[in-house]
Amino acid sequence: MPRMNAARKHPVEFTLNGRTVRAEVENRMLLSDLLRHEIGLTGTHVGCEHGVCGACTVQIDGRPARACLTLAQQVRGSDVRTVEALAPDPAVLSPLQAAFRRHHGLQCGFCTPGILMSLDALLRERPDADREDIREHLSGHLCRCTGYATIVEAALAAAEEQRKEETTNA
Amino acid sequence: MNVSSIGKPLTRVDGRAKVTGTARYAADFNQPGQLYAVIVSATVGLGRVTEIASTEVERMPGVVAVITHRNAQKLPYLPHKGVIDPAVGERLHVLQDDQVHFYGQPVAIVVADNLDHAERAAAALRITYAARRPLVDHADRTIERIAPKSADGSRGDADVAVTQAPVMIDEAYEIARENHNPMEPHATTAAWSGDRLTLWSKSQYLVNEQAEIAAVFGLPVENVEVICPFIGGAFGTSLRTWPHVTLAALAARQTGRTVKLVLSRKQMFFTTGHRPRTLQRIALGATPDGKLTGVIHEGTGETSRYEQFTEALTAATAYLYSCPNVRTQYRLAQLDTSTPNHMRGPGEASGIFALESAMDELSYKLGIDPIELRRRNEPRRDEAENKPFSSRSLMQCYELGSERFGWARRTPEPRSMRDGRLLIGLGAATATYPAYHAPASARVRLLADGLAEVEAAASDMGPGTYTSMTQVAAEFLGLPPEQVRFRLGQSAYPQTPSHGGSWTMASVGSAIRAACVEAQAQAASRAVADSGSPVFEASVDDLEWSEGRLRRRGDASPGMSYRDIIARTGTPVEAEGSAQRDPEVAEGYSMHSFGAVFAEVAIDPDVGTIRVRRIVGAYGIGRVVNPLLARSQCTGGMIGGIGMALMERTVLDPRDGRPVNAHMADYLMPVNLDVPKLEAYFVDEVDPHVNPLGVKGLGEIALVGTAPAIANAVFHATGRRVRSLPIHIEDVLTA
Ligand code: FES
Ligand code: FES
Repeated sequence: MPRMNAARKHPVEFTLNGRTVRAEVENRMLLSDLLRHEIGLTGTHVGCEHGVCGACTVQIDGRPARACLTLAQQVRGSDVRTVEALAPDPAVLSPLQAAFRRHHGLQCGFCTPGILMSLDALLRERPDADREDIREHLSGHLCRCTGYATIVEAALAAAEEQRKEETTNA
Repeated sequence: MNVSSIGKPLTRVDGRAKVTGTARYAADFNQPGQLYAVIVSATVGLGRVTEIASTEVERMPGVVAVITHRNAQKLPYLPHKGVIDPAVGERLHVLQDDQVHFYGQPVAIVVADNLDHAERAAAALRITYAARRPLVDHADRTIERIAPKSADGSRGDADVAVTQAPVMIDEAYEIARENHNPMEPHATTAAWSGDRLTLWSKSQYLVNEQAEIAAVFGLPVENVEVICPFIGGAFGTSLRTWPHVTLAALAARQTGRTVKLVLSRKQMFFTTGHRPRTLQRIALGATPDGKLTGVIHEGTGETSRYEQFTEALTAATAYLYSCPNVRTQYRLAQLDTSTPNHMRGPGEASGIFALESAMDELSYKLGIDPIELRRRNEPRRDEAENKPFSSRSLMQCYELGSERFGWARRTPEPRSMRDGRLLIGLGAATATYPAYHAPASARVRLLADGLAEVEAAASDMGPGTYTSMTQVAAEFLGLPPEQVRFRLGQSAYPQTPSHGGSWTMASVGSAIRAACVEAQAQAASRAVADSGSPVFEASVDDLEWSEGRLRRRGDASPGMSYRDIIARTGTPVEAEGSAQRDPEVAEGYSMHSFGAVFAEVAIDPDVGTIRVRRIVGAYGIGRVVNPLLARSQCTGGMIGGIGMALMERTVLDPRDGRPVNAHMADYLMPVNLDVPKLEAYFVDEVDPHVNPLGVKGLGEIALVGTAPAIANAVFHATGRRVRSLPIHIEDVLTA
């Protein structure tokens, strides 16, 4: 990494939702701020600003990460994915998104993008995740509205769906 | 209208926007060339600002303005009292003088070309104060208690009755200050165009925000527009228009640029309201067979020095149970803090904790089952107001809830139930909340393509207003919900009351119904006047609507759809409707929702950890518009109650009033693993009086009752009566 200077901006290049992004940013700029303010992808929400609530969760190289605890410079060369890229195409929801919609896995929806990004990564890595795994995994996400039950139901339904699809494809 | 939409589990119409990240919340609106503002909050609890070193900060990179009381425009602050504002006192006037009334009060605002520059400059701004020690401890008895207007109520002589009662209890209760802490922070983007102002702002009460900001800046109301299509949870915190909204508009006006201002999580603990810390006393007198002879409920809430915030802390005690002698008293302690605000289940959630804890305690003293005790004191009418209830299903709620919860397996003795080494406790409590209704209006437009557009300046903080109002319009127009587009979140739409107090469906729903009925009438008269229509010159009484089609009564022909009617003239039908409660009905009935909440806890006797294992709530809330939404509302309210019972507490540093846990790591809220099995049931309840829809509201009552049910379960498990919330491990450990 080149030497950084607090007084000026530095270039950063990474893949965002499949497209190459180049930006000039202060070295202290957070990934969440870069996404929301510079690039204008506001689907990634900021709830607590310090890694507690999970609302800002994105995927960096396939793994969930708190965008509010990540410096923009840290994603240099990485593959970043946000909620805006979850749907396979604008008219079709991913099975996980569809399950959240169907099972009312949300009320205000503010926590939803972060939760979806976390679960998407979990279900890719562990397609056999059960209720306990999902609950454990979701304990890093705060939701003030739903009481969580419908979120877990939605996740279980999505996991089931995904497993079915995989069997059909096999 | 035989296509029934009300009562159906319609999937959320806003679901797609929320799972794709396209729903735009207040902080998601950006305007080209906007500046970013950051508030600098006072770091003393009382005193005045003596010095502000703004010159250097003004020279920092990107800084456009540092606005303090020294250079802020003097704002007119014309009188404005919204329904939601405290009746006594005056809102904080920001940056108009050097006074600091509470810790965290905005004392400067820094505006810069980007957020980073604004944050750095705000952090660098040095401010000197002449500080005094604030009074922030409500329990300090030297603080004068003031009596707000009509705060007290009495029937019979409760003091004598309690003293002379064969069985009595007299106890004190305390509930900590809580902050709403919705996941979404407050945010406002302000854009001026001449003397017109547009605000993209988090608000549960758009038309009040519009009127208030117009008053603050001395503008005609119609010059201000407030836009808020989505709210990321609020629970009351966005009912009032807080200082940051004025600050965003002020900064935009002073810099001549659009300004975006987002509060930090920490700042959400300073100036956006909180559930006031309360101190209460309940005294109950009863006969040995459990008939209440006297009830005393005294309560004090905290408020600021500049406003008297009141809530219905003791109100439910007057009508909840049958008793000839009842006295309630409500006082305020004015502290050097910011003004509290309604938080989910305001007043009732706190007051009912005290009353229902006391009722539970009384049941043990009498050796009567807690539910049986309530049954013996079930009133036939509202004894405080001396009028009938429009509907009251409390006992049905207890029956349904007991059965679903399995109350029968409970052995009455404390510490008598175990699961291995864990102590198990089962508790129950009553919930209640008024069925409010406020005047509201709505507009319906029937379009040539067969769609119906419906508009109201309402909000959806999460419960599903978009969806439920779509159902109401679909029901009364006789259309499938897919053909209805409901819009909210703009102050320019027809006026509605605040999105709080569980009155949105009652008020806005009734207005939409009225607008739909009016739209149908207009469509019908258009058809009748049209010589080419099959109902030409029919008398209106001869016509009927069915599934969105108009025919003569008894006619088997397909009739005319809205689309047919509109196609013949080409112009859409547009109708407005409004609704409010008939004053005679309001006069004649006592209108409240009721519920019974059951909790099961498991407590480790060695380390005192308290786990809630299960909560069951049964509610009588009139008609349920959408069972999916309703259940979700209830489970959300229940976790709010778990938070209140076991976790939530905003702690103030006694030296300067600083909220010491003003962030999400230390302000504890239930996470997924804290949340047990939650079940909500609704008794069939038909209330012909409350409003034309027969709905009584749900959002608030969903939180009420949970905390006392848990506290009562904790007593059943341990034999320890904990009268202060949140309950701590130490409370059940100390002998
Ligand atoms: S905003 Fe990043 S975890 Fe809360
Ligand atoms: S749905 Fe509102 S925070 Fe989760």
